Amino acid sequence: MRARAAIVGVADDASPTGELERSGRDLEVAMVAAALEDAGLTRDDVDGVCHTSSSMRLAEALGIHPTFTDSTNTGGSSFEVHAEHAAAAIAAGLCEVVVGVYASTPRSDRRAGRTRRRPERDPDDPIVEWELPYGLRLPMAPYAMAASRHMATFGTTSEQLAEIAVSTRRWASMNPRARYRDPITVDDVLASPYECEPLHRLDCCLVTDGAGAFVMTSAERARDLAKPPVYVLGAATCHDHSMISQMPDLTTTPGRVSGSRAFAMAGLGPADVDLLMGYDSFTITALLHLEDLGFCAKGEGGPFVEGGRTAPGGSLPMNTNGGGLSYTHPGMYGMFLIVEAVRQLRGACGERQLPEPQVAVAHGSGMVLSCMSTLVLGTQATV
Amino acid sequence: MNGAVTPGSRLEPGVGQGAEPFWEATRTRTLVLPWCTACDQPFFYPRPFCPRCLGRTIQWQPAAGTGVVYAFTVEHRAEVDPFAGGEPFVVALVELAEGVRMLSNVVGCPPGQVRVDLPVAVCWEPLSDGRHLPQFTPVVAGVPS
Ligand SMILES: [Zn+2]
Repeated sequence: MRARAAIVGVADDASPTGELERSGRDLEVAMVAAALEDAGLTRDDVDGVCHTSSSMRLAEALGIHPTFTDSTNTGGSSFEVHAEHAAAAIAAGLCEVVVGVYASTPRSDRRAGRTRRRPERDPDDPIVEWELPYGLRLPMAPYAMAASRHMATFGTTSEQLAEIAVSTRRWASMNPRARYRDPITVDDVLASPYECEPLHRLDCCLVTDGAGAFVMTSAERARDLAKPPVYVLGAATCHDHSMISQMPDLTTTPGRVSGSRAFAMAGLGPADVDLLMGYDSFTITALLHLEDLGFCAKGEGGPFVEGGRTAPGGSLPMNTNGGGLSYTHPGMYGMFLIVEAVRQLRGACGERQLPEPQVAVAHGSGMVLSCMSTLVLGTQATV
Repeated sequence: MNGAVTPGSRLEPGVGQGAEPFWEATRTRTLVLPWCTACDQPFFYPRPFCPRCLGRTIQWQPAAGTGVVYAFTVEHRAEVDPFAGGEPFVVALVELAEGVRMLSNVVGCPPGQVRVDLPVAVCWEPLSDGRHLPQFTPVVAGVPS
């Protein structure tokens, strides 16, 4: 599967106001059209679709009749899973041009009174019986518990977690569409109110409107298209629980499995990575990725992020778009990991562009540290 | 089956498949655990089969009712406040003496006193239908405080 498929088109939309004008299917189709235009392809080329709730309704809206369809929903990592499945399907000859798309507008929905009630939980879902009666706040409380366990086990501090938010904000300062661009300090993070202790408000991702799409095709077809192809060198997924009380070890995510499998497929390791796009729903989430993907040993994520190591100028650039912490986070953020990784590998990121990156990792995290999905992406030079 | 919200805004748990003995025992404030006879191991949450071997021979045994805090959070801005007091409260994963982990609350002490590895013992919060919800409180020298 290595380098048999490539991402050839991307699009995303977000705004410093946190709100977008379009919403729903209208916004999704606009993203699909923009990503196809970016690729130099048209709607008629598409024979595969990915969507987190209904790839069938999406295809109907687009007026197409795909031979590959994927409605997998693993939460925020859904888009990395879609890309993995699409790459496998393309390599197997099931289809040739796949689009994946996401749009969500929680912020403008709320202001416009369009807020849909949270879908009723399935009464047979064990979380209703065994977790929600205790007032478990989702999604924050499970991540806060993971942070408490990491702190107690390894001596990780709130200051170290705050370093991640500070470094990410420095990247956001170079993204004109980021929700928050003003620099912050460790003290600012620690002075922000607790949401779920030990996580402060500035340890938590935003709630904004956002949308994005990717187009993937075969390596053969990718060579003749508008933009430099970004190859899928490795891809893997693993989940080990759905609710937090069933997570085997709150300091180790299934990203340890997805990461090592994706790196093995790519024939690469953490030392080869020029950019990590690691899902930052919370600061602790990103810290766990650094350990589980092997950028540092288990338990050493705290010291690793000190001194701006993931900030502009640091040795491991992480979340150069400003991340879910400062750019945008519409609910399921994984699409934006892919879009930024592709743009960096193309050299199209303007002020925040890294110097000639060749390998990027997009590492999605879904539900409550439940489902991790890792994409290792590379330029033509890595093939 | 369906959860119901009481005036205190607590979501009252339903009784899922295989969990009847657990909830019935709470009527007498007794904590019981399902054990797989093939594995000779307890598991949690209750279900009609063992999550290790899928075996269906389950024996219910009383638990010691003691454990330690494995992980916790102090919720400062709850969306659903089971205590209806608007005050910070503790949600914790408690590792029972038998080795299984369950989500619960730590009550009976200021949130600031809760820490990982704190010894705790079960205590009971009445539900509207005669059952009780197991919660935990710190123990001092083996006795609930
Ligand atoms: Zn068994």
